[in-house]
Amino acid sequence: MTEFNLFSKAPNGELHTKWEDYKKSLKKLAPEDANKYKVIVIGTGLAGASASATLAEHGFNVHAFSFHESPRRAHSIAAQGGINAAKNYKSDGDSVMRLFYDTIKGGDFRSREENVYRLAEISKNIIDQCVAQGVPFAREYGGLLDNRSFGGVQVSRTFYARGQTGQQLLLGAYSALSRQMEKKKVVFYPRHDMLDVVLVDDKAKGIVTRNLVNGKIETHSADIVILATGGYSNVYYLSTNAMASNVTANWRAHRKGALFANPSFTQIHPTCIPVKNDFQSKLTLMSESLRNDGRVWVPKKKNDQRKPTEIPEEERDYYLERIYPAFGNLVPRDVASRRAKEVCDEGRGIGPTGFAVYLDFQKAIEEKGEDFIREKYGNLFDMYQNITNENPYETPMKIYPAVHYTMGGLWVDYNLMTTVKGLFSIGESNFSDHGANRLGASALMQGLADGYFVVPHTAMDFLAKEAPLMKDITDRPEFKEAKDKTEDEINRLMKVDGKMAVDELHRELGKIVWDKIGMARNEAGLKEALTEIPKIKEKFWNDISIPGSDKDVNQELEKALRVKDFIELAELMAFDALDRNESCGAHFREEYQTEENEAERNDQDFKYVAAWDYSENDNPKLFREELKYSNVKLKTRSYK
Amino acid sequence: MNVNLKIWRQRSGSTKGVLKSYRLENIDPNISFLEMMDILNIKLVKEKKDPVTFDHDCREGICGSCGFMINGRPHGPQKATTVCQLHMRAFNNEDDILLEPFRAESFPVIKDLSVDRKAFDRIISSGGYISTNTGEAPEANSISIDKEYADEAFLSSACIGCGACVAACKNSSAMLFTSAKVSHLSLLPQGQREGKDRVAKMVATMDDEGFGSCTNTGACSAECPKEIGQVNIARLNQEYISSSLSSFLKKKE
Repeated sequence: MTEFNLFSKAPNGELHTKWEDYKKSLKKLAPEDANKYKVIVIGTGLAGASASATLAEHGFNVHAFSFHESPRRAHSIAAQGGINAAKNYKSDGDSVMRLFYDTIKGGDFRSREENVYRLAEISKNIIDQCVAQGVPFAREYGGLLDNRSFGGVQVSRTFYARGQTGQQLLLGAYSALSRQMEKKKVVFYPRHDMLDVVLVDDKAKGIVTRNLVNGKIETHSADIVILATGGYSNVYYLSTNAMASNVTANWRAHRKGALFANPSFTQIHPTCIPVKNDFQSKLTLMSESLRNDGRVWVPKKKNDQRKPTEIPEEERDYYLERIYPAFGNLVPRDVASRRAKEVCDEGRGIGPTGFAVYLDFQKAIEEKGEDFIREKYGNLFDMYQNITNENPYETPMKIYPAVHYTMGGLWVDYNLMTTVKGLFSIGESNFSDHGANRLGASALMQGLADGYFVVPHTAMDFLAKEAPLMKDITDRPEFKEAKDKTEDEINRLMKVDGKMAVDELHRELGKIVWDKIGMARNEAGLKEALTEIPKIKEKFWNDISIPGSDKDVNQELEKALRVKDFIELAELMAFDALDRNESCGAHFREEYQTEENEAERNDQDFKYVAAWDYSENDNPKLFREELKYSNVKLKTRSYK
Repeated sequence: MNVNLKIWRQRSGSTKGVLKSYRLENIDPNISFLEMMDILNIKLVKEKKDPVTFDHDCREGICGSCGFMINGRPHGPQKATTVCQLHMRAFNNEDDILLEPFRAESFPVIKDLSVDRKAFDRIISSGGYISTNTGEAPEANSISIDKEYADEAFLSSACIGCGACVAACKNSSAMLFTSAKVSHLSLLPQGQREGKDRVAKMVATMDDEGFGSCTNTGACSAECPKEIGQVNIARLNQEYISSSLSSFLKKKE
């Protein structure tokens, strides 16, 4: 385990001033010079919209692509709970250092120290920026901003807009983007799927896209390409992600040489509405903020069929409060999820399937009143009632963990550049800040930090050292080759002519990934996954059916292109989980646990980022980035 | 339960459409409406027929992608609910269910139930923002805002841009959509500086895009899945009059 050959390029120097000092050293371009460059941004969620708007403000010509009809549809919009910032408005002892430490610890010491510190530092600017844009955060009666607490921390630092924080932040970034569209500094390409990155002299200089309305395969050139394409939770088929969220842009970049880091680090969110039947198309999250007032419990008895309201207090097991008296219901997501799985596996799960636990608001309603709860979580309660047909004001919610977020993603250096020069990755699509487990309300923070405050500086520095193209270069052979390959792949897919709908195959894949590379993994299961996934791949190329034409709107073709890449990714996830012979954060290898069933980390052998290189016909090759901690002491996480 | 669907099928904006009938049997009333559509589409794929195109994504009622007419009503029969949050238990066994795309000249059909709502983006682009560059913002708590106003601004900003208001309106007016954004920004001190200019530009764009006039029938709010209220339209009118008046007075000077 000595082969460490990836370097983060994080600057030396004192942690607290590192980013500011580094920023000063970066090369700048005046707006008239920036105007000579073209930047392609893929994805217009929080990260992509904020990066596009800010780069345009600096004078760059931005071409932004999304498979959605409008930037406002991006999945960032569904984030509910909030966004963290080290403002210390509550005077509860919060600080940049504390947010930094909570995030590193929450990630179980598998993230890069310098990136996380920068994130904590920038968190404060994000709130300022959003308020200036008119984001209507919740306020106190005095008129100042309100905060609430989230899992894994003991301070109140989460800013929120009811249960719709993601929506309000995305609308803010979308408004900044719209302003630049009006100024013609951003050209937006709606309903375009990115299907390849084009490299010229080993640098990313463009993309291949499919126009989802008329099926046209197009090529676009630019001076750099930024991927802001989100996470890949839909590899599990059922997840809380939106239906079309996918890994395709990232995977195509990976195939062109961008290393993929920690692919098996996937977050299972503890509070989701449980699966109810085989037709289920997606899962719905109930914000973690609910754990501020909701208490998690199961009956003490196995197979207890009584109604929850008929089970007396002394026969209930509030297991999180029992095991973790200090953090109680607010332990981090990975811990809460695993404990829920454990009590259900013991046979104490509730509901028709036995794979659910209660989230109970009775005590909070008694103490604080129903109005208080309605004001805080009204829309979530309504959503729950609408889906389940049960009233959570009267009977406890039923919840179960579900896939929600992916910490893994494209490997990036301190500048957020992948191992392909000129190809950047921001927001959930990179691997950078959350280690092996992300804390609640930190995804919005990272998306906006990368987009508003990091990549505009680092991309400008990169461009300032590059001569601008100043023209369209899509007539170069590299573009033609990439376009031909894409068209060829689509032709092959259209010809498969089997009997299965893509969704059916996707569901089969998802079951394998959930069972074998889900909340708990073990060597035997992972090896089984590695024999089962290739069979799914074979089935895909023989059995799927895509009716209609590829020169037209064809949602089955869109899905097929995405599922094809999910299958390949699933295989890489298994390799990654198998390589990591330890448990850390969301990666729980059953072989490596303490007597109290907590994750057993192995810092001696696995204190690294696993970054994988794609190989067409061989196993993926592992590169390692050693993680160095000079400002925190490595500890066993304890929330007791 | 069994349902009899009649669905508008149209290959593209430039071809003619037609209503086609489909029957689905043994549907679990607890699945969502779009899951019922998934079942239909899987069936069609297996029969090598073109599945029904419809927009959808988050399936949590927040992204605003979904939306079509169900028995003549945008997003169907349930109050304050997007199609994706509608469940089959809202219907009865053997119901006839008619599905059509949102009808409005400014929302051309792309395919089947999917329409092009880019006109909404152009309304926002024309002024639905506060002009502030990244990094120029003052400390967040230097602006104090009455909770009452902040809450009202939030309610206006909760619009998901689905287009149901336009589809519900006999004039295909985009007044509710536009007024929600105008209200959201004009209720906040940060947004007031550009207020007069904003409302004038956004209303002009709304007209240019071919949306009809508002005649205050209130159908838009009644069908809005996020219950965006008529008060927004009143606020827009107030802003618009004050904007017109001030530009008139400026000219006089």
